[in-house]
Amino acid sequence: MTSDLYRFAAPQAFFPVAGKLIPWFATLAGLLAAAGLYVAFFVAPTDATQGEAYRIIFIHVPAAWMSMFLYVVMACWAGVGLALNTRLSGMMASAIAPTGALFTFIALWSGALWGRPTWGTYWVWDARLTSELVLLFLYFGFIALKGAIPDPVRSDRAGAILALVGVVNVPIIYFSVQWWNTLHQGSSINLTRAPSMAATMLLGMLLMALAAWMYSIATTLARLRAIILERERDAEWVRLQRSAA
Amino acid sequence: MSEFFAMGGYGFYVWGSYGVAALCIFLEVFFLNRRIDE
Repeated sequence: MTSDLYRFAAPQAFFPVAGKLIPWFATLAGLLAAAGLYVAFFVAPTDATQGEAYRIIFIHVPAAWMSMFLYVVMACWAGVGLALNTRLSGMMASAIAPTGALFTFIALWSGALWGRPTWGTYWVWDARLTSELVLLFLYFGFIALKGAIPDPVRSDRAGAILALVGVVNVPIIYFSVQWWNTLHQGSSINLTRAPSMAATMLLGMLLMALAAWMYSIATTLARLRAIILERERDAEWVRLQRSAA
Repeated sequence: MSEFFAMGGYGFYVWGSYGVAALCIFLEVFFLNRRIDE
């Protein structure tokens, strides 16, 4: 069993598997997003204090969750690559970074557009907002650093160190609303107590979060395939793959 | 229908959030497909 799993650590073995999985995750992402948007706009009730403006929550919170989660996953893969010298790990980290940056940007953007009607401002240098902006710069830095080093082994190593140092920012983002007096509200969902929102609101948010997961898996796998082809372009199996396509 | 798009006066903020998110996702998928084709 484990030897079977290890086999897929080789880019050549993983490439066709990823190709088969992508359509499934992409379809699931589409279906979950459709269901989530339906609940978000047609089922969830209007908020008593914020009116319709609160509906931004259904894109904002899943994007913010994903931005942090993807960074941790990226740093884990980078760390595995650094420790075990597995080729696919560094590629996996590279494949995650742009999607992570995308969700970070969506979280910041939707947050700004939510802040304006509810707080009266698009932006404040609040601990939550600032640390999320730092997360965006960490993703950009990781992508730029890896892109600046042509040798893949050195590029993976340098990127991994940056990713691992930057991971300290994730708990800062998550706990910022508790550690500092922030304008940003505390979390509405907590594992230890009942959620402070209507069940349909929660359902919409969870559906959108699941859609974001499926989307992230699909895009990461697709980008991983592109990276594998780019890095292994001189390998025999890639040349065979190309001539067959 | 127009009431739906008005979002109780918050249409700019709500659709501004979802619109830009949709655009970002569209662009990512578009560039990703182009990268794979190359």
